[in-house]
Amino acid sequence: MTITHHLDGATLMSFAAGALPAALAAVAAAHVAMCPRCRRDVADLEQVGAALMADLAPVGLERAPVPAPSVPSAPLGGRPGARGGETGDIPHPIAPLLPRGLDAVSWRWLGPGVWDHLLPVDGRGKLRLLRAAPGRSVPEHRHGGAELTLVLRGAFRDELGIYRRGDVSELDESISHRPVTEPGSDCICLVASEGPEEFRGLLARHWQRLRGI
Amino acid sequence: MADLLRRVAEQADPGAFRELYQLYGPRVKAYMMRQGADAATAEDLAQETLLTVWRRAALYMEDKGSAATWIFAIARNLRIDRLRRETPWQELPEGRAEPPSCEALPDEALAEKQRQARVRAALAALPPEQHEVVALAYLEGLSHGEIARRLRLPLGTVKSRMRIAYQKIRAGLEDLK
Repeated sequence: MTITHHLDGATLMSFAAGALPAALAAVAAAHVAMCPRCRRDVADLEQVGAALMADLAPVGLERAPVPAPSVPSAPLGGRPGARGGETGDIPHPIAPLLPRGLDAVSWRWLGPGVWDHLLPVDGRGKLRLLRAAPGRSVPEHRHGGAELTLVLRGAFRDELGIYRRGDVSELDESISHRPVTEPGSDCICLVASEGPEEFRGLLARHWQRLRGI
Repeated sequence: MADLLRRVAEQADPGAFRELYQLYGPRVKAYMMRQGADAATAEDLAQETLLTVWRRAALYMEDKGSAATWIFAIARNLRIDRLRRETPWQELPEGRAEPPSCEALPDEALAEKQRQARVRAALAALPPEQHEVVALAYLEGLSHGEIARRLRLPLGTVKSRMRIAYQKIRAGLEDLK
């Protein structure tokens, strides 16, 4: 697997910072699990966080902790038992969302040759699988905000080239985009969008500004 | 620093742990407060961050990043989980799969230290407008859209500033690859 389309630098940095909306972070994590180059980048970008934290003015502590060796370990990121890498079709970080694999997904029909399947995420944004038959153009679906698409199976093509397994495509409002799936087999992608919450927040602020609040 | 962590890992030395806590606890608490926690919650989360270090010290490997980086990653994930009530999707450094030969070779630990110094130098050299967007993402957990609104800048400007900062950090590491 040769990955040619990576995460944008600004997205990777936000991911390492812990500032990416949850659904986008899920796709970023899945790509990072498949991509040694981005994994190296995330490790370097975590050092940015360490440096910024070290420069904060310290706030005095009230208590000293007692190290208790038998405290139960809380699930803390990377999902319990998660490891970089992948098994079968599904990158580790999202494996808990798809316990029965890609072939057991119950698809919702969206139009001729196009299906989707929503995946639950705690937090901001929407996460889903999108499946398109060969030679299909994926319908335009704007949610406002950023959108991240990771190829899990098959391939598609757009103005910027061919996207195969592990490749990620990143869009925002400023890009018009016409992806078409490659001939041969269905293309299945993991897609995250920032979702309407952020958009509503924007409208609210706009109103506030108009009313001079 | 790494030595403190080694004493925690290899000897479960409570004295070393207390020193580590005195060293990092106040910064983790400051970090949690910047992320919107009140002082009591921030203190609890700082404690929990360092207790996680205590529990997982044996998993720590020097070639996967500094103690400070590891503590940052733990604090970041706790903050997403507790303050934001979202799933932290980022893996902690010790869980990251690397090529099978991942014993802590002294060369790799050294290379890792060199990378840290380069990252810090590149960060310190960023012009204020790039440093600002980076700090808002890391220290306040703001998304690109939230930074744009906070600074009243177009979204594209925020993304390009952060992208340039990323490129500079990467460029500083180029010859170490």
